[in-house]
Amino acid sequence: MARLIRGLLAALLLLPLLAQAAGIEVRQFDDPVTEQRYQDLTASLRCPKCENQAIGDSDSPIAGDMRDRVYVQLQDGRSDKEILDFMVSRFGDYVLYNPRLEGRTLLLWGLPAALVLLGAVVVVLMVRARRRISARALSTEERDRLDALINRERNE
Amino acid sequence: MQTLMIPEIGHFALIIALLMALVQGVMPLAGAATRRPLWMAYGRPMATGQFLFLAIAYACLTASYLLDDFSVANVANNSNSLLPWYYKASAVWGNHEGSVLLWSLILGAWTFAVSRFSRELPRDMLARVLGVMGLVSVGFLAFVLVTSNPFERLLPNVPQDGADLNPLLQDFGLIVHPPMLYMGYVGFSVVFAFAIAALLGGRLDAAWTRWARPWTNIAWAFLTVGIALGSWWAYYELGWGGWWFWDPVENASLLPWLAGTALIHSLAVTEKRGSFKSWTVLLAISTFSLSLMGTFLVRSGVLTSVHAFANDPSRGLFILVLLGITVGLSLLLFALRAPRVSHQVAFSWLSRDALLLINNILLVIMTVTVLLGTVYPLLLDAMDLGKISVGPPYFNALFVPLTVVLCLFMGLGPLARWKRTDGRDLLKRSWLAGLLALIIGALAPLLYRGEWSLQVSLGVLISLWVVLPMARDLWVKTRHSSGRLAGAKRLSLAYWGMTLGHLGVAVTIIGVTVVSNYAIDRNVRMGVGDSVELAGYTFTMTELGSRRGPNFLADFAEIEVRRGDSQRTFAMTPEKRLYLARGMPMTDVALRPGLFRDLYVAMGEDLEDGSWAMRLQYKPFVRWLWLGGLLMAAGGILAVADRRYRRTATARDPEQGAAAEPKPKEATA
Amino acid sequence: MKRRLLLLLPLLGFLVLGGFLYQGLSMNPFDRDSALMAREFPAFELTTLEDSERTVDGSLLEGEVTLVNVWGEWCPTCKQEMPQLLDLADRGVRLIGVDYKDTREKGREFLAEFGNPFEVNVFDPDGSLGFDLGVYGAPETFLVDADGIIRYHHTGYIKPEDVRETILPEVEKWRD
Repeated sequence: MARLIRGLLAALLLLPLLAQAAGIEVRQFDDPVTEQRYQDLTASLRCPKCENQAIGDSDSPIAGDMRDRVYVQLQDGRSDKEILDFMVSRFGDYVLYNPRLEGRTLLLWGLPAALVLLGAVVVVLMVRARRRISARALSTEERDRLDALINRERNE
Repeated sequence: MQTLMIPEIGHFALIIALLMALVQGVMPLAGAATRRPLWMAYGRPMATGQFLFLAIAYACLTASYLLDDFSVANVANNSNSLLPWYYKASAVWGNHEGSVLLWSLILGAWTFAVSRFSRELPRDMLARVLGVMGLVSVGFLAFVLVTSNPFERLLPNVPQDGADLNPLLQDFGLIVHPPMLYMGYVGFSVVFAFAIAALLGGRLDAAWTRWARPWTNIAWAFLTVGIALGSWWAYYELGWGGWWFWDPVENASLLPWLAGTALIHSLAVTEKRGSFKSWTVLLAISTFSLSLMGTFLVRSGVLTSVHAFANDPSRGLFILVLLGITVGLSLLLFALRAPRVSHQVAFSWLSRDALLLINNILLVIMTVTVLLGTVYPLLLDAMDLGKISVGPPYFNALFVPLTVVLCLFMGLGPLARWKRTDGRDLLKRSWLAGLLALIIGALAPLLYRGEWSLQVSLGVLISLWVVLPMARDLWVKTRHSSGRLAGAKRLSLAYWGMTLGHLGVAVTIIGVTVVSNYAIDRNVRMGVGDSVELAGYTFTMTELGSRRGPNFLADFAEIEVRRGDSQRTFAMTPEKRLYLARGMPMTDVALRPGLFRDLYVAMGEDLEDGSWAMRLQYKPFVRWLWLGGLLMAAGGILAVADRRYRRTATARDPEQGAAAEPKPKEATA
Repeated sequence: MKRRLLLLLPLLGFLVLGGFLYQGLSMNPFDRDSALMAREFPAFELTTLEDSERTVDGSLLEGEVTLVNVWGEWCPTCKQEMPQLLDLADRGVRLIGVDYKDTREKGREFLAEFGNPFEVNVFDPDGSLGFDLGVYGAPETFLVDADGIIRYHHTGYIKPEDVRETILPEVEKWRD
């Protein structure tokens, strides 16, 4: 059995691992901060042509062009916001993976937070309501016994 | 090779299966409603028959693939005579039609299993459960036969050979990921059927939850494994070291998983305490509904994705109608039949009840968040408000904090007692764990990399907070005069299941935290003799060449890797291939897996000067992601392996009418 | 009563979602309006395909309603679309071409083989003008009014029916 597992593992390691070729260009950065910004920007911009890929992951020529522009603008000292605005003015909001906070995305950004608040309110109300229902008829001793019975975790 | 009758047999078997599903769907439900035992009795044999014929149909399709019958359109479009047999067998589900057939087969299998392992269910309950599952089968089989028939023929112009399976799919991942996933998706139909049966029968006591729990946990475990496999597959095949992209298809699998996680906890509460009954019913309906919705999203072309199966709006419409009927009727039934007065079970602030309530609420919020983000672009577009994208930055920004909050409560949950817990007692049992978690969390990034990081600290903190209280609890509970092992044996499997499951979560979170913060990704120029240093490893290119494979041409590089000053080295050989049949260039990544780190080397572009642009990655702790998933799945199964769920058929079997042996003493827990 | 309403919420929520999903079926996620609608045609200064000495800029598009077509020799759909463009030119529509990501030689070859409905072709070998236009694949067609404002955008292949049904009406609309 052990041999079978080892054999299987060995076979898995040898299986070819095919992948799509994504843009691999060699780029020089002056400092790691800029390099990190490049990685982050190319991960948060969407390739306008692909089926849901960031420009950092895609092979398509337009993604390559966009990466070049991001690089050049970073070297020019542009801010992240300027670079993103630059792309949006040409390709639309569609290329932002991080949707802007604006009127039409209020629900998107706001609903989860609202639900958390609502959830907290629900929990508070429910616990408060249910605390009182405790059977007052039980004595402390009985209540402890009940407690122990309910919480039994061992096998009989 | 053209086989004369096999596809026709398969097609015919499908039609019979549909008819049987119809009988299975209608008769038992009608019988339960009118109290006709004879009609109710149709459930079991029809379930058996349906499964049998589905198996025949599926076998026929597989046979067509294995025998290279290119007169079958499905085989011609997705297979090739040169394909290895195991990929031919997997190609059956590597396309839309075959995968829906697999869905149906798995549904038939679950139904058959339910019909076999339900001796102690009351007759009318079983009839209703099988009836509901039968109706779902009818929907799917109708979908297959009407819109996605895999047995369509290409006569008389049979192609010489098939179009081949997409090279990206010619991979181990295809063999394991879809079946696991479907076992999960479809498995939730069982608890769905139980919930509907409970609503229909007006019997909303906690009994149905006890029967449903094992089925639900097993389905959830399968789905967990399926998602972990999908992430792993995408990691080495598509994502360039990315293991989750919040892609619509990925989200489609996460949604039922999140709801399913809430469900398995909610079922536990309802079974144990009899509370939250309506809520559990609603969750059961919702989880399966999300499975169905996932199916819709992936095949209708409504959302764009790299993983999308099919982009056919006409098929999408059929599924949507199916979805509408199933979910719509269920929710209507729920609105009409759920008890108007909720059974008020008492519990206080620090009780396990309250903590599980919080767990459920948080998981539901997470589900809604993922759902909202996935469909939001569609919503805006439908209202003519433009086209936006919602991607990883949004999901990460919301999902991570929610997970942190969830973990904060998860630390206390296993320690808390039902109904109420003494605050001081709880504090006593957890303060040390909390303190250790804080200290180790704060120090972890400093010790690991010498630089402090809030994200890493937080990740380590919450993982330890999930694990350490349980560890202490385990330590205390295994105290026994005959030693730890004896003490351990006395603990219920349910307890072990919970421990393992939560441990899995912690392991996954550690994996996510470390790999997200400490992974290194470099694109470098390398020629023969060049060395690059990355994360303490030295990568030296020793050779560049080309070779010819069975159906491709390749450029390859030999990279010698040495760790630090070690004498030992190992080789990694990435390739860049051109597949001749399709003219597709593919990068063959060299991956060196390890428990604590993965190394990645890929060839990018030939720079025409004797060197190549290469991509090197260092991925610490990435395997922990998927190991955690495996642990979670194991925990889920253990939790219902408990003796009380494995009652043998010694109880009175109502159908036989005669008393059997007296019931054994029941384990109460 | 309140409880009953609460119990109906999930159903209502589902129906709303279902409605959107249904609408989604008839929508095409790839059909996007250009980000440049109702905005000025981007500034450029490039040579023409025909004459490498001649430089043109945005003023080329002013004064008359113009149809700007982005094409390339490498683009098979552009070849299929040529008859429609020639048809538009015959009907008196002013066409300016942008030769996107080509070499001069290839561009000229293309026009020689498939016809030249364009008054002049802007030579954009690096794709810089294409980029500023938000072009991500050829062919793409922009309708620019007499003041140099982009008024209509057509992504991809222009079908023969499109000529009559959409393009000509748009041209007419902005001629006034």
